[in-house]
Amino acid sequence: MAMVTIDGRKVEVDAGTTILNAAKKLGIDIPTLCHHPDLAVQAVCRICVVEIEGQKLLQPACAFPVQDGMVVYTNTPRVRQARKVNLELLLARHPQDCLQCVRNRSCELQALAERFGMREIRFEHKLRGLPEDHSTPAIVREPDKCILCRRCVSMCHDVQAAGVLFPSRRGADTVVTPVFGRGLDEVACALCGQCIHACPVGAITERDDTERVWQALADPNKHVVVQTAPATRVSIGEEMGLPPGQIITGKLVAALRRLGFDKVMDTDFTADLTIIEEGNEFLKRLKEGGVLPMITSCSPGWIKFGEHFYPDLLKHISTCKSPQQMFGALVKTYYARKAGIDPKDIFSVSLMPCTAKKYEADRPEMCDSGYKDVDVVLTSRELGRMLREAGIRFEDLPEEEHDDPMGISTGAAAIFGATGGVMEAALRTVYEVATGSELPKIDFEEVRGLKGIKEATVRVGDLDVRVAVAHGLGNAKKILDLLREGKANYHFIEIMCCPGGCVGGGGQPIPTTMEIRGIRGNALYEADRGLPYRKSHENPAIKQIYAEFLGEPLSEVSHHLLHTHYTPRQKYPSVAKTVCGEAAG
Amino acid sequence: MEPAAKSAGVCPAKVSEILAKYSRRPDALVSILHDVQKEAGYLSEEAITEIASGLDIPVSKVYGVATFYTLFSTKPKGQYIIRVCENAPCHVLGAKAIVEALEKELGIPMGGTTSDGKFTLEYTSCLGVCGVAPAIMINEAVYGNLTPERVPLILKEYK
Repeated sequence: MAMVTIDGRKVEVDAGTTILNAAKKLGIDIPTLCHHPDLAVQAVCRICVVEIEGQKLLQPACAFPVQDGMVVYTNTPRVRQARKVNLELLLARHPQDCLQCVRNRSCELQALAERFGMREIRFEHKLRGLPEDHSTPAIVREPDKCILCRRCVSMCHDVQAAGVLFPSRRGADTVVTPVFGRGLDEVACALCGQCIHACPVGAITERDDTERVWQALADPNKHVVVQTAPATRVSIGEEMGLPPGQIITGKLVAALRRLGFDKVMDTDFTADLTIIEEGNEFLKRLKEGGVLPMITSCSPGWIKFGEHFYPDLLKHISTCKSPQQMFGALVKTYYARKAGIDPKDIFSVSLMPCTAKKYEADRPEMCDSGYKDVDVVLTSRELGRMLREAGIRFEDLPEEEHDDPMGISTGAAAIFGATGGVMEAALRTVYEVATGSELPKIDFEEVRGLKGIKEATVRVGDLDVRVAVAHGLGNAKKILDLLREGKANYHFIEIMCCPGGCVGGGGQPIPTTMEIRGIRGNALYEADRGLPYRKSHENPAIKQIYAEFLGEPLSEVSHHLLHTHYTPRQKYPSVAKTVCGEAAG
Repeated sequence: MEPAAKSAGVCPAKVSEILAKYSRRPDALVSILHDVQKEAGYLSEEAITEIASGLDIPVSKVYGVATFYTLFSTKPKGQYIIRVCENAPCHVLGAKAIVEALEKELGIPMGGTTSDGKFTLEYTSCLGVCGVAPAIMINEAVYGNLTPERVPLILKEYK
C-alpha cells in the first residue's frame, strides 16, 4: 500500500496505482484525452500532467505510479498553464468547425476546450490537408481531425487483433493510417468500427446514410419497412438522453412509426429463424460427420475478419446468413407476397448496432430476393440523429408492438445481442429438438458475462456437447489459432466481433465502454426473462413461416434465401511484384 | 566509386533469407529492414509485406517502423544519394547556397531523384565534420569546405 497526498488530502491506494486513479478515489477529476479506461496507457497528449514534489518536470497522471509518501498537486498555475498550452497546440492543428462535425457535443477535445475556457488560440491555425477515406460503405476516416492519441491503434491491434491502423512517419508528419496509406477497402479491415468508439474526436465515424432513408420515407411510391436488431432495444435510449441499460423496445417501435416507416418489424424474428436453421445445421453436421466445430455466422465483422485471416477455416462457419440478411431476403419475398406488394416498391431499412452490417448489406451475394435484400443499414447513432431531428421525445411515446408477420420474437432472440447469447439460444433449441424433451434449466450462465473466452459442456442426449464463446476479435483469434493447430476440442463455437457482443457494436451510442457494454448486455437478459416465449422453436410466427413458406428447416427455399457462402480474401493489400533475377542481386 | 543501391525491388527469396538469418524474430525488425534496404536501396511495398508475413506481425507495424526512421526509404532512390548536412554550423557557413547549386545542377528539388535514377538529393543530420563545413556526403564519400562553384566539379566525377 502507498499513502499519497493529492491537493492536500491523503489517500491510501495499492502501490503502483496511477496518480489518475488515486485522485479519482478522492473525487478529483484530472482531465484526460489520450487515456481510455479499456485501452493501453498512451501518455502522449499531456493533458493530465500534474506536479509532484521533488520532481522537476510535470508528469502524466495517467501513467505515473504513486509511491508511498508522494505529494501531488493537480491544479496549480503551472499545471493549468501546461494543459492549456497543450490544448492550444492540439487545437491549432484541428478543424474548428465543430458545428459541422458529427461528434459535436460528444467530442472529448471539444469538452476539454470548454472545460478550460479556451477563448483564444495563440498559434497559427493550420490544417494538414490530409486526404479523407471514403473507400468503404461502413467507415469514414478524416485524418485532419486526428489528434494522434493512438487509442484507435490500441483498439485495432490489442483488442481486435486486426492491426489495420498504425502511426506512420514521425513527429509533426505522423499520420495514423492503414498500411501504405491505402483506403480501408484495400486492407484486411473487419469494418467493426471499434476504432470509432476509441476515437475521442470525429476522425473516424460511420458513413452517414440518414439522407437516403429520409428520401425513401418521403417517397409515396415506396413501402418502407424497418427491422430492429436485438441490441438496439437496449441502447437507443442513450441516444435520447436515457441512462444505459433501459429496455425501450416498445418506445422504439412507436418512434419508428412516428418517423413514417410503413412497417416496423423485428430482426429478433429472424434471429429465432437463424436458431432454427443453424441449430438444425449443427445437428446435421453432428449426425452426418460434417465439419466440426461449427462456428456461428451472425457477426459480419467476424465473417470479414475470418475471410481475410482464416480463409482455410471458412468451412467451419455456419452457412446461415445473419438475421439482418435473412430478414432482408424474406421481406421482399415472404412479406411482399403476404402483403400483396411488388417487392420492387419495398425499401428495406435495418437498424443495427453495427458498422460492418453496412458492408454486409452491400455484398453482391445478398440479393437472393431478386433485389437488394437490405437497402440501407442505419446504425444506432444515425437513428438517434433522425429521431432528434424529427423532435421525437421518448418520454411522450407509448409502448407499441412490432408489426406482423415478422414481428413476434422470443427471449432467445433478444439475447443475440450479448456475447454468449447466440450460443445460449442455440442450446435451448438444439437440446429440445435433439432429445424431444424439455430443458431442465433454460439459463446457461456459463456462457454469459464479459470474460473473453467462455467454455461449457452440455449434455444433449448421450453426447457431451462442448461449446466455446469468444467476443472481440483478439479473443476469437486465440480460439481460431487453436482450431488451425487442431487443438480446439469443441463442437460449437460462437464468435462475436465486438467486445461484449452486439451491445458493444461499432454503431452503438457514444460512449461505449466495457462497463456500458456490460450494462446493455444485462438489460438484454432482463428482456429475455420478461418475454412470454424464451425458446426460438416455440415462436408461433416461426411455426407459421415454415408452414406457409419455407417448408422445413434446411429446405430448398431455406437454402436459397437463408443460407450463404464465404469468400477467401487477402491478408495483405495487393502490391507490385519484383521480377526476380538480375535485379534481386 | 561503387554504386550503393539498385532502384529495383528485392526478390522475396532474398527477404526470406534475411529473415532466416535473424531466426524470424520480430524484435530484430530494424536490423532486418536495414539488410533488406541494402539489397534494393529502398523498402518496397512487396518487401514490407514479405517481412510482415515472415515475422507474423501486422504489416501496418512494419510500415510504421519503416517510415519512422529517416534512414529507411519506402521509395526508390538514385544510384548516388547526396546528403546535405542541415545542422547549424553548415547552415551558418552557407549550406543554403550549396543546396541551390545542387538543385540547379541536377534539375531536381530537395528530396527528389533525377529521372535517370542516378542521383537523390536529401538532407541529413550532422555528418560530424563541422571543421570543414559546409559539407555533403555522396554515398560513403564526404566533401567539405564546399562552395557553389565546386558543386558541378564534384558531380562530374559521378556523371
